[in-house]
Amino acid sequence: MSTATAPEQTLAEAARAPMGAGERPVVVISATRGWTALRLGELWKYRELLYFLVWRDVKVRYKQTMLGAAWAVLQPLLTMMIFTLLFSKLAKVPSEGVPYPIFAYCALVPWTLFAFALGESGNSLVNSQHLVTKVYFSRLVIPIAPVLVGLVDFSIAFVLLLGMMVYYGVHPGIAIVTLPLFLLLAIATALGVGLWLSALNVEYRDVRHTIPFLTQFWLFASPIAYPSSAVPAKWRVLYGLNPIAGVVEGFRWALLGTHRPSVPMVLASSAVVALLIFSGLIYFRRVEKTFADVV
Amino acid sequence: MSALAIHAEGIGKLYYIGQRQTHRNLRDALTDTITAPVRALRARLSGAQRNGNSRGETFWALRNVSFDIEEGEIIGIIGRNGAGKSTLLKILSRITEPTEGRAVIHGRVGSLLEVGTGFHPELTGRENVFLNGAILGMSKGEIARKFDEIVAFSEVEKFIDTPVKHYSSGMYVRLAFAVAAYLETEVLFVDEVLSVGDGEFQKKCLNKMQGAGDEGRTVFLVSHNLTAIQRLCRKVFWLEHGNIVLSGTAKEVVGAYLSSASTAVTEQEWPDPDSAPGNEKVRLRSARVRPLERGTGDEINVRTPFAIEFEYWNLKPQARLNLSLVVYTEDGTMAFNTGPIGEPVWNGKPFPAGLFRSVCYVPGDLLNDGIHRLLLLVVENRSVVIYRREDVLTFEVKEDISMREGWYGDWPGATRPMLRWTTELVSPIAAEQQR
Repeated sequence: MSTATAPEQTLAEAARAPMGAGERPVVVISATRGWTALRLGELWKYRELLYFLVWRDVKVRYKQTMLGAAWAVLQPLLTMMIFTLLFSKLAKVPSEGVPYPIFAYCALVPWTLFAFALGESGNSLVNSQHLVTKVYFSRLVIPIAPVLVGLVDFSIAFVLLLGMMVYYGVHPGIAIVTLPLFLLLAIATALGVGLWLSALNVEYRDVRHTIPFLTQFWLFASPIAYPSSAVPAKWRVLYGLNPIAGVVEGFRWALLGTHRPSVPMVLASSAVVALLIFSGLIYFRRVEKTFADVV
Repeated sequence: MSALAIHAEGIGKLYYIGQRQTHRNLRDALTDTITAPVRALRARLSGAQRNGNSRGETFWALRNVSFDIEEGEIIGIIGRNGAGKSTLLKILSRITEPTEGRAVIHGRVGSLLEVGTGFHPELTGRENVFLNGAILGMSKGEIARKFDEIVAFSEVEKFIDTPVKHYSSGMYVRLAFAVAAYLETEVLFVDEVLSVGDGEFQKKCLNKMQGAGDEGRTVFLVSHNLTAIQRLCRKVFWLEHGNIVLSGTAKEVVGAYLSSASTAVTEQEWPDPDSAPGNEKVRLRSARVRPLERGTGDEINVRTPFAIEFEYWNLKPQARLNLSLVVYTEDGTMAFNTGPIGEPVWNGKPFPAGLFRSVCYVPGDLLNDGIHRLLLLVVENRSVVIYRREDVLTFEVKEDISMREGWYGDWPGATRPMLRWTTELVSPIAAEQQR
């Protein structure tokens, strides 16, 4: 028997000390009880493994596909075409003064990143059970890796977005410097939800079936096909509780020069994401110790 | 005296029965959560223990396991299936947490519970070496430094830039093992990986493992291969029902393990189909070994013909099943493998759902004396193994002094068949001289 705190520190320090002249690392193994520490330091020690997992997924992703990396562009591009046809041509949805195709595509680029990361991350632990049951490493790298993999596709799709901006003659203003913040918000949202879903998925396979539905629902709950100005002003902050709303508004503002997203809405988005990640980390750590027994 | 590498104290692991197989669904969990306060209150009122289970039965896969291992020792763990060997390895390599107890490990830890963990078929040999190395805990620089040696060890130089999905299974295993062999951590946990590859390669791996011990690294080895254990390990733990029942020198412990009467299980029965071993396609009802000649009691000796009998439920109508049996001698050598080829009634025919009995008749004068272990495979369509159970039966073939005709030494060999011999006098020498 031991206390809950002592092994945490030693684990984190010992996990991956370099070989060599230094002292031998010490690993203490015991049951952890109650609230476990988040051990984020340990995650840093496994950064090389994280790199290799991302590298593997990027390499393998388009093997044996005919179109290869073109898929990264095709997905948002085709969705944009359908949206243009349905929402712009048929339903006459307004697009805040920019051409509808670029209005939609600008939102679909971060959305595709988010949807990919969410789906892959949510299923990541279950799909990696052959690793989880055979070797120890910080399990956090598993749901994080797919989020980073999504960034590769994002970059490709983003280049096309820049091309479209040139084509439509849309010039971004100074607001473009805020773009990385909104990208970070998108990644953080995917990670927060991914942490929760991947851990839940281990014990409840219902999650696997929920993800496609959740993604679809989320798409329409976000201002992707329509501007958020379509939502009545008094609901705007509540609407901002969906962090993707903040992300999409931010992307459009930074790149297309549409109206500035309301500060309370972005703050609400950020607060929700921070809460998601923090609670996700805690939940992940709490159930992590039984992953290998349950998965 | 050298320094301590591993110190374990009262390690225990409690499993909920079924926890490893079933995934609860969300509805159960929600009901559980909602009723939890009521249950907690009730438990407190009745004074029940906190560890008491609301989810069904529990069992201790390990209990009160304590030991000290010095640096540079190679430790072997032996024991029958389900004795807790793998659970112990998983706890020490931090894959799962112990329920109680504590272990302290000094040094960088590596574990090889399988070779080729994380190998991706689409990636080339070179790429997989890096990926697998990283998963096992090596740094990028370390892998790059050892890369040439790893490739040389694996003997697949020519194909190192070919995706491993095009590898033969032998090449795949050799490459995977080569990476593992260069995992040079100070403490290494190894599970049964020696049972892969061809004989020549296995020998190479054994040497590598032995080298690890000589370099002062600590190796913790679980294996069914008692020959390998005896060759590699100075010290052996015998695990049974989650406890270390004996520890000592390899010779001492392996000897005791082999001669322990409790290892013989000549009859097993599972009357309840729901809890019987098996899966959704087939379940076992009983297994037994019985002599075919009465008069010797239940004893089987080297001369006795005997039968190996299985009763099993086929749960999938129209399945074309056959059993396949592998008999191993006590040192792990395969004596023979047999299946119902030429069986006149059901062989090759679709089985309706129902209870079946298959009997394999083994002639006398075939097996050598000693303990034999039986591996049962249930095969569908002659090719797919749908169920596998190691050590389904363990039986002893006794010596029959009467047929030794005065030779009392050790009788080597995996089998001891009584073969037909002829000897004739072709031409007497005396006659030639007379001519």
